[in-house]
Amino acid sequence: MNYGISDNPRHVGLELGYLRTLQCVEATLDMDQKTLKKLVESISNTVKNFKKSEVECLIRLFHSLVERANVRLNNLGLDRNAFRAILHSVFGMTDDMLMNRVFFVFDKDHDNCINVKEWVKGLSVFLRGTFEEKLKFCFEVYYLNGDGYISREEIFDMLKNSLHQQSSEEENDEGIKELVDITLKKMDYDNDGKISFADFEKAVREERLLLEVFGPCLPETKIQCQ
Amino acid sequence: MLKNFSGKGEQTVLESISYTSDYEFSNGCRAPPWRQIHGEICYVLVKPHDVETLCITCSAEGVFLNGGKTDNEGEINYERKGEIYKDLVTFLKEKSAKFSENMSKQEKRFSDKKEKKEPTNEPPEKEEAAPVQKAITGSGKRTLEKNQINFGKSQMTKRLEPSLRWKATVRFKEYRSLLRDPQEEKHRRRPERSGPPVKPGRAQLVRKSTEKIEEIVSESSSESEEDEEPLDRQEANADLPSEYWQIQKLVKYLKGGNQTATVIALCSMKDFNLAQETCQLAIRDVGGLEVLINLLDTDEVKCKIGSLKILKEISHNPQIRRNIVDLGGLPVMVNTLDSPHKSLKCLAAETIANVAKFRRARQAVRRYGGITKLVALLHCGKSSAELAQSSLYDARDVEVARCGALALWSCSKSYTNKEAIRKAGGIPLLARLLKTSHENMLIPVVGTLQECASEENYRAAIKAERIIENLVKNLNSENEQLQEHCAMAIYQCAEDKETRDLVRLHGGLKRLASLLDNTDNKERLAAVTGAIWKCSISKENVTKFREYKAIETLVGLLTDQPEEVLVNVVGALGECCQDYENRVLVRKCGGIPPLVNLLVGVNQALLVNVTKAVGACAVEPESMMIIDRLDGVRLLWSLLKNPHPEVKASAAWALCPCIQNTKDAGEMVRSFVGGLELVVNLLKSDNKEVLASVCAAITNIAKDQENLAVITDRGVVPLLSKLANTNNDKLRRHLAEAISHCCMWGRNRVAFGEYKAVAPLVHYLKSDDPNVHRATAQALYQLSEDADNCVTIHENGAVKRRKMENLFENCHLCQRKVETHLRCVARSARDGSGSAAGVMPHGLHRWKCSVCTVTRRGSKDASSQ
Repeated sequence: MNYGISDNPRHVGLELGYLRTLQCVEATLDMDQKTLKKLVESISNTVKNFKKSEVECLIRLFHSLVERANVRLNNLGLDRNAFRAILHSVFGMTDDMLMNRVFFVFDKDHDNCINVKEWVKGLSVFLRGTFEEKLKFCFEVYYLNGDGYISREEIFDMLKNSLHQQSSEEENDEGIKELVDITLKKMDYDNDGKISFADFEKAVREERLLLEVFGPCLPETKIQCQ
Repeated sequence: MLKNFSGKGEQTVLESISYTSDYEFSNGCRAPPWRQIHGEICYVLVKPHDVETLCITCSAEGVFLNGGKTDNEGEINYERKGEIYKDLVTFLKEKSAKFSENMSKQEKRFSDKKEKKEPTNEPPEKEEAAPVQKAITGSGKRTLEKNQINFGKSQMTKRLEPSLRWKATVRFKEYRSLLRDPQEEKHRRRPERSGPPVKPGRAQLVRKSTEKIEEIVSESSSESEEDEEPLDRQEANADLPSEYWQIQKLVKYLKGGNQTATVIALCSMKDFNLAQETCQLAIRDVGGLEVLINLLDTDEVKCKIGSLKILKEISHNPQIRRNIVDLGGLPVMVNTLDSPHKSLKCLAAETIANVAKFRRARQAVRRYGGITKLVALLHCGKSSAELAQSSLYDARDVEVARCGALALWSCSKSYTNKEAIRKAGGIPLLARLLKTSHENMLIPVVGTLQECASEENYRAAIKAERIIENLVKNLNSENEQLQEHCAMAIYQCAEDKETRDLVRLHGGLKRLASLLDNTDNKERLAAVTGAIWKCSISKENVTKFREYKAIETLVGLLTDQPEEVLVNVVGALGECCQDYENRVLVRKCGGIPPLVNLLVGVNQALLVNVTKAVGACAVEPESMMIIDRLDGVRLLWSLLKNPHPEVKASAAWALCPCIQNTKDAGEMVRSFVGGLELVVNLLKSDNKEVLASVCAAITNIAKDQENLAVITDRGVVPLLSKLANTNNDKLRRHLAEAISHCCMWGRNRVAFGEYKAVAPLVHYLKSDDPNVHRATAQALYQLSEDADNCVTIHENGAVKRRKMENLFENCHLCQRKVETHLRCVARSARDGSGSAAGVMPHGLHRWKCSVCTVTRRGSKDASSQ
């Protein structure tokens, strides 16, 4: 029996809660109705997890956020800082490094800016992703250099702050190193010293708790348990 | 510790030492909670030889003299009166010269052992870890003779042993004290106390008085088994397995890591073989249990899930269960049941199911409101199970309900919890869950019902909720475990006639009979035969069983089965053999030899049933011949010596038909050396059932003149007379019969009068039981042949004659007999004592009756005399 995090796609109450929070920020927005409709149509074709009305809502929200954040810049999208602020205030994430990484995963075209399509698409996984989608998302968050593997060094980086009350830095490093070893021993099934997607998938399928193994990168499970 | 050295003579260091309170909190302290905040651990009363009794406080800082016990209610004046010493020994050395002198002597004497003893002696806290010892009071024997000194010495060496063993386990000291706690707890559990006691002195008194009661009020059948489990383990293994160190490392991360590190550590801890005892104990020994339980208190769902997953596995170990309870794990788990997260609910319930395998844990679950919450989990499954059973979402709800039922199953082993479940409205929910088709759900549900059905309240509710129907339905399942529990539940419920009928109406009997064919699963077989036994108490069911050829199968099960099965099989046969056809059937199937063979067993329940079954068979003269040939009567007779009253009574009942149906019964009875004396002596028993059965046996024995002479010599008359003042109708009936038969010898009639048996006998006529009337009338008829008895009967009876006539309206035979009788008596009283004996028999000859054969025989005997 596996009691891992729910992969149940029907979190009805959940996103509504989030969206409501977001809507508070929403300003009345002048937007060309036609353009909006078109955009909703095109995005809805690619993103299956949201209803059209929800997509529309998210687009409006996006624009209001952009307007707020980028007074100085052109209305292109959300930059890293703005996005991090949202992650922090709305989704309760705290780890800077992980927030950066989440940003990079959202930012599919690597232009250091999240446009409206990336926004909706990213949120669809973030909020309503199936187990497989989340699996992929988390893995992408965790591997940084794009080689498709999570290396020992990367793990070390991510777990760096996971121990407290260690006295000296040396001791701390030693502890982290051991923790990395433990993790690799658990997850590196093919024993190549790094974690491939296959490794990751196998480990998480066996134990759902390992989905966010190197740090929280999804909305908190606390709220996810409806 | 120092208790070891107190007590007898001058050789000892102290006269006495004891705690002020026997109550010990779960943290090992004996001080009341409000003093514990000051770091105080316990209070000790010490009486050295040369100084007055000292009342000492042991605190974390050290040992000091306090204000002593105040008079009112044993309260202690907690004020510090003296300096603080580092330990009790130093303190006492300072206070009492005798102590320090003797202490140094002791130290010399045990110089080789001293080193081992000392370290454990130093900090006062460790006293808490000392094995519970009987208070050693030196007050009784304080003679200082030399030979006593030797005695004292050997005593002390002996007492030192526990403390030495202690040293070996000093590393496990903490756990030991935790382990020991349950023993302490046993005394502590009692209904009237809900919280920790406020006044230690009073608590002690309460404890003493309740202790005994507790022992008698044993809870449920399976309740106490596990509490008796040996707690001591071999803990001296020096080389620890590698898992130990790995687990220790992981626990370190649990303690010092953030959520991420904790989850990693939990996940890899789960990879160990947690079913293995080494791993379970390793987690405990490195302090992992505390951390795991603490994690349940956090907000991190993932950590909670991980922690519960581990706790669930390791709580299969009885020691770990105890530790979890001692560490206060249950309240946290009970709270987790409220979580909106279903996985968490399931895991918590499952873990509770594992932990609540012993009494104290079950009590804790109840105390923290767990029963209500668990019952609420059943609710959760209910709605979904009814709406739709297909979707994933519902499957989770069903899982929650299943786990809830599982936990309730564990909890339902104690009486109070059964009540709590009922009060929380659990029965209708269980009944509803019983209608689902999930096999793994049904097993715990039926299991719970089976446990609870031992209570009358439940059986009524089970009837009301129409549960029997579903039990029967599930009996048809393919799952053997489910079949077993259903059969067990039926066994429990079928005490009641209506239920037995329901089982028949729903077609359960056929299924039960067919389940007899599979004899591999002994537990199930025991449950099935048990259900058959109870069901066969109803005649209609017996007919059905015969139809289904169950009798033959049951006879086949009389050999090569474990005792649990045999008890039920024999019980069922005993019930079935009340029917003529079945008796013949049992004989034809060769059931009698194995039954007689079972008479030599030792199992009490089995013997009761076997004697009953043999007795039922003995009604048939042909069967009786077989029993006689196999020496069955002798075996039955020897069971009269069995220590259990139930067996005695059952054996005596069984002897009655044996004696009735044997040719030359008198000869046979005489052949048992000392047998008659044994029977007569059983009349001294204080068990009503034994007495009634023995009276019945005597009735039959007395039919033989020679035997009657023997039992008369053995003093049967005074013994029977002594029993006359009873108000138990069953006993009255058989006693009256026995008396009437015993009247046939010598001057027994007169003797009964002399021993004042007649007057009480007359009063039996006031009873409502017609059987008693018949037997009594018969006895009085016999007794009235003696003139003095007539007078007594007259005096006691004539006054109430009218009343008696009313009573006997429904009993034609008795009425006439008594009327005649009283008329005779009245006449005899008028005519004077001499003629009564002559008149009586002739008077009664006219009412020879075909119903009351005994009367006829009696009167014949009388006339032939």
